[in-house]
Amino acid sequence: MDFFASFVEVYTLDHFKFLLEGFWVTLKVAAISIVLSFIIGGIIGVLRYAKIPVVSHILAVIVETIRNLPLLLIIFFTYFALPEIGIEMEITTAAIAALTVFESAMLAEIIRSGLNSIEKGQIEAGRSSGLNYVQTLRYIVLPQALRRMVPPIVSQFISLLKDTSLAVVIALPDLLHNGQIIYAQKGSYVIPVFVLIAFMYFIVNYALSLIARRLELKQS
Amino acid sequence: MLDFSILTDNIDSYIEGFKITIYASLISLLCSFILGTIIAVMRIAPLKPINWLGTAYVEFIRNIPVLVIVFFTYLAGNFGGMTAGTIGLTIYTAAFIAEAIRAGIMSVPKGQMEAARSSGLSYGQAMRLIILPQAIKIVIPPLGNQFINLVKNSSLLAVVAGGDLMYHGDLVNSKTFSPFDTYIFVGLFYLILTIPLSFGVGYLEKRLARSN
Repeated sequence: MDFFASFVEVYTLDHFKFLLEGFWVTLKVAAISIVLSFIIGGIIGVLRYAKIPVVSHILAVIVETIRNLPLLLIIFFTYFALPEIGIEMEITTAAIAALTVFESAMLAEIIRSGLNSIEKGQIEAGRSSGLNYVQTLRYIVLPQALRRMVPPIVSQFISLLKDTSLAVVIALPDLLHNGQIIYAQKGSYVIPVFVLIAFMYFIVNYALSLIARRLELKQS
Repeated sequence: MLDFSILTDNIDSYIEGFKITIYASLISLLCSFILGTIIAVMRIAPLKPINWLGTAYVEFIRNIPVLVIVFFTYLAGNFGGMTAGTIGLTIYTAAFIAEAIRAGIMSVPKGQMEAARSSGLSYGQAMRLIILPQAIKIVIPPLGNQFINLVKNSSLLAVVAGGDLMYHGDLVNSKTFSPFDTYIFVGLFYLILTIPLSFGVGYLEKRLARSN
């Protein structure tokens, strides 16, 4: 009976509002990060695809290093280690910076493989109709590749929304963080709070995954 | 320049964490492979309510953050940090492995199941002896990717005092007050594990692509 009573105690309007505030921070940080990562990852992906000597290789090393590190480490590093060399950021900026570094590397790979999936004949056709390399990329390859990239990019956004929760370690006031504040009041609040925040994450991410799936079906 | 004395002075701590990271990742991989296989078979079993259960598990778990699961197992269960963390990672990773295995099973032509059934094997036998061994080839590269993710995600053990590499990095940092160098060494230890794994998976993916 106590178990159910704790649900009733936790599920109040004030708590909902407080959690929604946190969720709003989660969504905001994730949205800013995905836009920034799309721009940075796009540039890196195109540069790697274009196989510019030296530049492509350096980028390959950077991208592979970042992709193979835990995001938690990158978040810690951004917030706790960078001030040592004079780069200080407040919590939200640090969270966005860390997520952007990590997701840019992920998106660069998605974009590069999207570009690689376009048949070489397209470039040849573009070039032989008088376009230069950059024009061919811009008008022929990129528009086709972008369409193919949309579903994996939506999936990456789902990952990003989930990954944002890691920023609780630097006290970003996101959904998980606000949940922690609520269950810190009483031991019996833990389960009701987790059930609620899990469902909040689930609803948004599941909706996004349905969109990704529909887009994928449309293409095939 | 990096201060290597931080590494040499605290090498025991780094190695201890490194070991726990490997150990937790391996245990988690093994358990989530077993759990994932069960869920994958549930999702394609010829019984609707069982399908539905498997699908519900995969869809729910895949769409919530792994940190939420790890915190939950830590706070709601009566486990130490390392056990809770490993259980949390297993619950999460099993959903992804289930999807990889399901894709593998679906890639085996339907005729194989029909042939096995008509030669007198039960559904379970056909699955175990005919379908799963053929599916495993396609499943290995994504399984490798999941293992890389596991190694990286095992850093979440640090949040529940699980004694892993990241956790020991924090301990070293609280001694040296030199987070920059300390965490770079932590990162290098992770890369020692994940970079060879990435190359291995890349190689397997290429080989599989060629054999098709």
